[in-house]
Amino acid sequence: MSAYALETDGVTKEFSGFTAVNDVSLRIRRHTIHALIGPNGAGKTTCFNLLTKFLEPTRGSIRYEGRDITRSRPADVARLGLVRSFQISAVFPNFSALDNVRIALQRKRGDSFDFWRSDKLLRQYDSRARELLDEVGLSAWTDAKAGEMPYGRKRALEIAATLALDPQMLLLDEPMAGMGHEDIDRIADLIKRVAEGRTVLMVEHNLSVVSRICDVITVLTRGKVLAEGDYAVVSANPSVQEAYLGSESPEGAGHG
Amino acid sequence: MTDIAPHAPAPPASAPAAKSSTELLAIAGLALVLAAAPLAAYPFFLAQALCLALFACAFNLLVGYGGLLSFGHAMFYGSASYLAAHAAKVWGLPPEAAILAGTLGAGLLGLASGALSIRSQGIYFSMITLALAQLVYFIALQSPYTHGEDGVQAVPRGKLFGLIDLSNDVTLYYVVLAIFLFGLFSIYRIVHSPFGTVLKAIRENETRAISLGYRVDQYKRAAFVLSATLAGLAGATKAIVAQSATLTDVHWTTSGEVILMTLVGGMGTMVGPVFGAFVILAMQNYLSTFGQWVMVIQGAIFVVSVLSFRRGLIGEIANRFKISL
Repeated sequence: MSAYALETDGVTKEFSGFTAVNDVSLRIRRHTIHALIGPNGAGKTTCFNLLTKFLEPTRGSIRYEGRDITRSRPADVARLGLVRSFQISAVFPNFSALDNVRIALQRKRGDSFDFWRSDKLLRQYDSRARELLDEVGLSAWTDAKAGEMPYGRKRALEIAATLALDPQMLLLDEPMAGMGHEDIDRIADLIKRVAEGRTVLMVEHNLSVVSRICDVITVLTRGKVLAEGDYAVVSANPSVQEAYLGSESPEGAGHG
Repeated sequence: MTDIAPHAPAPPASAPAAKSSTELLAIAGLALVLAAAPLAAYPFFLAQALCLALFACAFNLLVGYGGLLSFGHAMFYGSASYLAAHAAKVWGLPPEAAILAGTLGAGLLGLASGALSIRSQGIYFSMITLALAQLVYFIALQSPYTHGEDGVQAVPRGKLFGLIDLSNDVTLYYVVLAIFLFGLFSIYRIVHSPFGTVLKAIRENETRAISLGYRVDQYKRAAFVLSATLAGLAGATKAIVAQSATLTDVHWTTSGEVILMTLVGGMGTMVGPVFGAFVILAMQNYLSTFGQWVMVIQGAIFVVSVLSFRRGLIGEIANRFKISL
């Protein structure tokens, strides 16, 4: 078994003449938190959608745990344990928090085509769902409608639902986007905690979070990898400072 | 910008999600009212109304719980109607077998049309279902079995299971009521099953459902077939009740009417489409003296209801009292 959970080889995505992602070869070491950063329009989200199969690459290949997933469908990638979150908080708004987690736990049954049975049998997942809500600090919100929860809580709920799948690898698309300070610290701690024994790849603008919790950082600009390494290495790289940070010092670039 | 209470988590603001038990009560209440209804209205009219009400409920299963707006549901209702009429009249099958044949036929048509349409999103899905329904309409217009403009007439009602004579309108009504309640309860079961839970999740947030590992197209296709089959049950029963199957049953206006019924009654509510169906039929009945103006009045009511109570009659009541109906 290689030391890498996810590897891409020369992945390229073209949209009718425009190359959003150009020959990107990434290696995400198992059980690390890996960040993908870069200025707006650098191709981070496109890259992310390629990895989770919401987009097909024009060229190149993607391997997850030694298995070629270049042509897999998104639901099937999720079934392999590679689970993503979304930039816009992804919850089921009219479901309660408990039901949001339970629908993820329900995946353990395999497919749910049994339309003739009562949904009462899903109560078997209630206790595990409560545990997961507790784990992300949402025990007081169990019966709340997900759509009515504050933004930071929704993100925590999304993470709880993702954890319910017991994924080996998490792909988080800007988990801190649009959050206040208190929430940022809480979610950063939460990510750090759930990354125990898992691999995490996250797209993130907030450099203080990245510097605090990420082991490896890859910088993208104009669809290409510009630099890679830990925070000290990357932030010392002159071309990164020029392309991404501009005249700002790394510490000053708090919000994205 | 975000509303955060970092130290003491604010208690959840909203009431817990509505429970399904109120829906069962609503179905039971409806059953009681319908059981007594022949005291107040013609059983023949009521039996026809129940067929359309079941059709609306079947349509609502797809749009209200699956989030898929079909604009061609008349193809299931109408083709089941033709098939049941043909089975009873030409093949001489007893009514239960004719209804079953029509229902299964609609289910198969649902399987085929679902395979062609379900991968399209939003308005494209609606347009493909409409196009397929038009195809079915022209087949009904041209085929020698459907008798074009005349339709299949003088369909024998026969004896249910060889025992119950359906020529009596009151007997017929209670048989139709039993079929209707079976259909409605089936929908309740589907909506509140592990399958229904996934279906509602797909309606709420499809990409999230995919990212949780659900193969959403398969769930949508299954919902489409179930809805088509139940619409077929309604259409087949209608053929026995009205003793005819006509082009109206497969016409696109029937597809439109069922949308109207569902929206007026309350999309995504269990009993709303039943009320919607009765409101629309009562209107057509009592306003028939206005002739062609019925359509105009109906259109005006539709506009007013969409603008003033968007959740539909039952949907607004359910929302007001924070219950599920």
